[in-house]
Order: sequence, then structure tokens, then C-alpha cells
Amino acid sequence: MIATLADDPANGATNGDIPLLQVRDLGHSYGSRIGCRDITFDLYPSEVLGIVGESGSGKTTLLSCLSGRLPLSQGTIHYDTRTQGLVDLAALSEAQRRLLTRTDWGIVHQSPRDGLRMAVSAGANIGERLMAVGARHYGQIRDTARDWLQRVEIQPDRIDDLPSTFSGGMQQRLQIARNLVTGPRLMFMDEPTGGLDVSVQARLLDLLRGLVDDMNLSVVLVTHDLAVARLLAHRLMVMQGGVVVESGLTDQVLDDPHHPYTQLLVSSVLQV
Amino acid sequence: MSDGLSGYNFAYLDEQTKRMIRRALLKAVAIPGYQVPFAGREMPLPYGWGTGGIQVTAAVIAPGDVLKVIDQGADDTTNAVSIRRFFSRTAGVATTTRTADATLIQTRHRIPERPLTEAQIIVYQVPIPEPLRWMEPRESETKKMHALLEYGVMQVKLYEDIAHLGRITTSYDYPVRVNGHYIMSPSPIPRFDNPKMNQMAALQLFGAGREKRIYAVPPYTRVESLDFDDYPFEIQRWDQHCALCGASDSYLDEMVTDDHGGRLFICSDTDYCGERRAAGHRGDTDLPANPAPRTAP
Repeated sequence: MIATLADDPANGATNGDIPLLQVRDLGHSYGSRIGCRDITFDLYPSEVLGIVGESGSGKTTLLSCLSGRLPLSQGTIHYDTRTQGLVDLAALSEAQRRLLTRTDWGIVHQSPRDGLRMAVSAGANIGERLMAVGARHYGQIRDTARDWLQRVEIQPDRIDDLPSTFSGGMQQRLQIARNLVTGPRLMFMDEPTGGLDVSVQARLLDLLRGLVDDMNLSVVLVTHDLAVARLLAHRLMVMQGGVVVESGLTDQVLDDPHHPYTQLLVSSVLQV
Repeated sequence: MSDGLSGYNFAYLDEQTKRMIRRALLKAVAIPGYQVPFAGREMPLPYGWGTGGIQVTAAVIAPGDVLKVIDQGADDTTNAVSIRRFFSRTAGVATTTRTADATLIQTRHRIPERPLTEAQIIVYQVPIPEPLRWMEPRESETKKMHALLEYGVMQVKLYEDIAHLGRITTSYDYPVRVNGHYIMSPSPIPRFDNPKMNQMAALQLFGAGREKRIYAVPPYTRVESLDFDDYPFEIQRWDQHCALCGASDSYLDEMVTDDHGGRLFICSDTDYCGERRAAGHRGDTDLPANPAPRTAP
């Protein structure tokens, strides 16, 4: 059973499962302008949460707040760490937070150039996180890198090539591999398929779905593409003007939208 | 006090500036490998010629000191001669080319072959003090990385060397970890000299004039060169011996001797080479009293 947003985890609504991420009344303001506000949800292990909405609706602001790249103006985020259990992220030291970001989390940017080191080879890109947590055996780092290239369907013999020699789809897959190599539990994805052509999108989505399944990943997925949300997300939050206007199971929200904005969104999808 | 030029304070810098630099030096010694910012002054030589080193030297030099200045191991290059003369004129101190006699050594690109002692201080001229700079251009970010010991990217640089060339080819400015903590740029010395920094008896001071940073390694401090378990750190080796003194354990420079492909390998440390020849060691090539003997200006 998947919990609905209103469920209080203390009620044991999900068979006593502890949420991986617990967000309460989160908000961020850019000066007097509101980026997003009053966001409350729980994300459970192995769950994919989609956030959809038009440009400027606060999706990316929310994602940046969640992944620790923007400070919160209000609200709290609790995360279920491997060692200490559920902790308030604001209470962690910067060192702990950055370590968490590097090991237990992954961030996939819309543009691979933001998430990759373009000046070093694909192997070094994948190996960086390993080296950051203390891997010092070149041979093993390389084996892991080759293995991950294969898992994201890049030829292992491209290991010493620069990411700039890769196609857009390959760069995006490399970025995903680079994030998954430390076995994170939570991924933040910002329009992972934006800017890719449709057939490459389909392959990438396929790959993502497989990886999310294999690794029991929890994902917060920001997208404006309802088709992507339909394929990947278990649950959906629809945002408009910085607030969540509707949320629920993906199929339920898309098949039976209640809020006028969601109805507009669903009806404006192009049919081929 | 044997003042040099009249109208100048002892060792050129005013006392207030020297105090400021000494405060930075004390902090640097207290936190080995940590880059301490200081208010670097304009010096009467261009950036890149040793403005950082010369300020550190001016702050620690005393009338009784004997100064040696080397550039790429040699005492007789323009830069070394100029800086040595600068201090002999502004501070009136004795200068030498002999490593053993010096109490203060300012250096660019080399550490003398002769082991330094507790009675000596070595001052390095540093062009780029930040070892993380090539991987991370943002200063705010590199500071944070140092503070939180996020040093994975240094390893990435070495990884790239091995991936493309089969071995670690970084041959100078090879990053080191000081006292198990901060990663430090050893200044552009060849990695041949890196092991000499480890547990060195002398105090090591580093001055970067353009970037306005000072850092230090106190005597008898652990200095390790970064490497991989399966690609351990190695120093450079040569098949040749020094053509002049026959030394096989020193850093060799390759000299082109004519335009028919003739070349020689000789010690880059001119004092070390000269001392060995004075002691009767000879290499394969017995140059007719050339370039030896080298005299101080």
C-alpha cells in the first residue's frame, strides 16, 4: 500500500515503515517573491514521486530545497539516515550534509554539463564519488567504472573518452551512472529527459525504470512531461504558483484530475 | 646592525609589515599545510619571480643569517643572483652558495640534495598555492573542501594520468598530504624532491606573492605524496650519471651541448655537484674546467 500525502507516518499507515524523507510545511522565498510554500509530503523507500507543473510553478525550487542546494525559508526536512535514523537535515553539520549528498543521494541535472566534470574522462567521472569516499585502488575503481558504463548501456571501451565526445543521451546516462556508483538510496532528478529526442527519451526512461527497480531507489522526479511522470512515478504532486494543488497516485491524478489546473494540464497533452 | 642601503629599513620591508607576515607564519606553522592569507606587499620585482618567497625571507631574516638562494638548483641564475644581492644590500647579511653554510635558503623549484638541518630554514617561492585549483575553480568551494577534507578530486587528477598514459605523470608540484590532514601544493619542485619534505629537520616556509598566501611545514612533520594502492608514488630515475661528478642519486638536468645532438646530464644542484668534484668524484665527461668552478657574485 502506498501512503497518501495526508497520512501521518506516526499512525503506522504503511505497516510501520519509516519514511525515507519527511517534508513538513517547506517553503522558500526569493526575497518577497515566493518560490514555493506549504509543501508537506512523505517519501517512502523504493517510491518514485513525480512533481509536475508549468514553468515557474516552483518545481525546481522545491527540488533544490530538498537536495540541500537552497536554504529553507520555512518548514523542516527529516531524512532517515543509515546510521542515526530519522534526523532533521537542518541539524546536521555541513560536513555530514555534504557527505550525505555525495554518498546516499544522487542529483541528476537536466543538463549533463551541470552534473559532469567535462574536463575528465568518463571513467574518472564515475570514479570520483568512489575516490571521494576513500577508494584508492586504481584497478578496482576502473573495474567498477566499466561495470557501470555497461549498466547504463555505454560501450566500456569509451571509458577513457571525454564526456564532450558523447552524445546527449550518453552524457545523461553517464551522469546517472556517476550518481549511482555509491549505491545511493535517494535520487533527485530535474527533467532527466529534457533536451533529448523522443526515441532516446524512451530508452533512457526504460533504463531508469530498470535501475530504480534493481536498486530499490527512491526518486523525487521533477518534470513537465506528463508522459515521463506516467511511466516512472508512483505518486504525483501537481504544482501551480508555488503550492501543491493536487496530489495522489499517478494514474488517479492523470485519469481523474480534480483541480481545474490539473484538468487543464492533462487536457493540453498533445495527442498523436 | 650592519645596514645595507641607507634609507631602507633592514631587509627592505618596514617593521609593521614584517610583524604582519610573522603573525601569518606563526599561524601557518601551527596548522601545517593550511594556507594563511596575508597582506602581500608590492616588491621591487615582478610577480612570478619570487615576491612571496622574498617577503617571507625578509620577515624571518636576522643580521646573523647566512643566505643562500637557488633557482632550479643553481646558485648562479639571474633570479637567484638578484635576490641574493637584494638581501646583501638591504640587510647586509652574508650570502653563500654552500648549502652546509647557509642558515636560510630561499628556493625556486628545488630542495638541495644535501639533507637540511634543524638550524636551517628553507623558504619556497610558490606560484599557485591551491592544489585543488585545477579541478575546482571557485575559491569559496576549495576553502570548504579543505575544511571538510573533501579531497577525492585530487585523486581524480592522478586517475586521469594513469588512464591516459599508464602511469602517474605529474612530475612537479606533486600534491602532498601534510600531517595526515591538509593537502598542500609543494610548489613546483620535481616530485624527486617530495620525499625530502617528509620528516625534514628544517622548518619549511612557503610564500605565494600573487595569491597572497603563506603556509608552512614544521620540522619533523609527516608529508605524504598522494598515490593509488596499485600505483604507488615513485620518484624520477635516470639511466645516466652526472657527467661532471658521477652522482647517481641526484636530480639531473639535460643539457644540449652542441647542434649535432650532443647532450649531457648534470646535477641540477650546482653546490652538490661542485662539492663532489672538489672531493675528487669525476663523471664520464671531464669538461675542461667548465662550467666549474662557479663563484658567487
